[in-house]
Amino acid sequence: MNAHTPASAKPSGAPSAVRFVLPVIVFAAGLAAWEMVVRIREIPPYVLPAPSVIFLTLIKDWSVLSQSLATTLLTTLEGFVAASIGGIALALLFNQSKWVEYSLFPYAVVLQVTPVIAIAPLLLIYLEQQTAVVVCAFIVAFFPVLSNTTLGLNSVDRNLAGLFQLYGASPPQTLRFLKLPAALPYILGGLRIAGGLSLIGAVVAEIAAGTAGAGSGLAYRIAESGYRLNIPRMFAALLLLSLAGIVIYGVLAVVSHLVLRRWHESALGKES
Amino acid sequence: MVESRTSPIVEASLTALAVSLRGVTKVYDTGVVALGPLDLAVRKGEFISLLGPSGCGKSTALRLIAGLSAASSGTVRVARHEGEVQIGHGIGFVFQEPTLMPWTSVRENVRLPLKLGGIPKAEGRARADAALASVGLADFADAFPRELSGGMKMRVSLARALVTDPDILLMDEPFAALDEITRFRLNNDLLALWRSLGKTVIFVTHSVFESVYLSQRVVVMTARPGRIQADIRIETVEPRGEEFRTSAAYSDYCRRVSAALAPSYSGQSTL
Repeated sequence: MNAHTPASAKPSGAPSAVRFVLPVIVFAAGLAAWEMVVRIREIPPYVLPAPSVIFLTLIKDWSVLSQSLATTLLTTLEGFVAASIGGIALALLFNQSKWVEYSLFPYAVVLQVTPVIAIAPLLLIYLEQQTAVVVCAFIVAFFPVLSNTTLGLNSVDRNLAGLFQLYGASPPQTLRFLKLPAALPYILGGLRIAGGLSLIGAVVAEIAAGTAGAGSGLAYRIAESGYRLNIPRMFAALLLLSLAGIVIYGVLAVVSHLVLRRWHESALGKES
Repeated sequence: MVESRTSPIVEASLTALAVSLRGVTKVYDTGVVALGPLDLAVRKGEFISLLGPSGCGKSTALRLIAGLSAASSGTVRVARHEGEVQIGHGIGFVFQEPTLMPWTSVRENVRLPLKLGGIPKAEGRARADAALASVGLADFADAFPRELSGGMKMRVSLARALVTDPDILLMDEPFAALDEITRFRLNNDLLALWRSLGKTVIFVTHSVFESVYLSQRVVVMTARPGRIQADIRIETVEPRGEEFRTSAAYSDYCRRVSAALAPSYSGQSTL
């Protein structure tokens, strides 16, 4: 009865090795084709650099690029943390008082649907550059946290809520022992989306700021290399941005899995 | 499970009421009259079943007694201990679903009512373990709900209802979703617990056979809005066991209860 089945926690039926190997093969084949086309047709690197050239640029320019990467990652992290705390706090506030929710929710939506690239130049006028960039990352990322947390807080099992009422639970107790744990899978889902979005927000703001003449993040490097026709460096910076996005998503997915693995359907194997 | 030969009926005073409903009705915001008017008196230590067709308001009656919703008219009285502060402390509630928190262990689920009542952790854990032992799940305290079968989850739910040592146990079709063998076993275990603990039990069901097997009184309700159609006392040799389930007296009672229930189903368009 008490069968713990730790083996094969993959939700899909396909062996995990295949799921990992197939995209790698596709990636390698794509790179090889790219390299061949560039070499056979002798395309100059300022038009389309070969993967090998991009890789060499990445190593050669590492000191510049790594600094930019650190800048962008820091901005992303700050935006993400602000969005997580802000989104969850606002959702909790909405959950406590319908009045607050009705008063403020439309503005959260307005903030979400207005393209951040259009807000960024304004923010850059009124705020210090670094602050403006973080605020952009925050604006893009906080809405999924807010809406997911709200959804989670509202989807508490009705009978469990009745049980807490029966035993005279205080509002803080209900929040801590019932609402937050019940909302946790939703919150983590929101954070997973917010991680990627805060990177996007940071990049958008950096590009907007870069045209204003300052900044040193990866997005700024891409814009700058574009003006200088340093196409290999553009690709190298782009590659780093993609990798950063993948790593952020991966870390958040692993955290979510570790937190939920003992109880939530999303983190359980099919057969257990 | 604990076995005991004492019958709590004898000790219970005839006048001491655990629960009394007078002219209770429930009307929902939509204007639907769900219940009543209903008059019901349950003596201390009594095991009664509320039996009726789906949607007749028997679960609503239970929620009114538990204080989970308010009656539209009439009075609901629930006996309390001396010095009891809140209604909930004297009542254990078992829902139709196990209603366990999936994110924490079986022990923590059972400890919940004590935790909410501010009882220290060590004492709470000891009492939770004792409650789990009383339903035969002592070895599963550290398991998570999803690792248990349906019947075991229901036992956990029962242990949680018992952990505060309430005087009154309200059960809302608790075994409806279980297979027959598991249901029979839980019926027997519930009877054994009732005999040894002497609680007042109000058991909601739509099974004639279950109500006759378990209870001292079967209260048959009409279709919506639920009123009392018949109040049938089940008298047999205690303690009941499998031999009662196969006896002529049992089938006789079942026939009587079914006959009382039949009008509630006549003229019902949906089955």
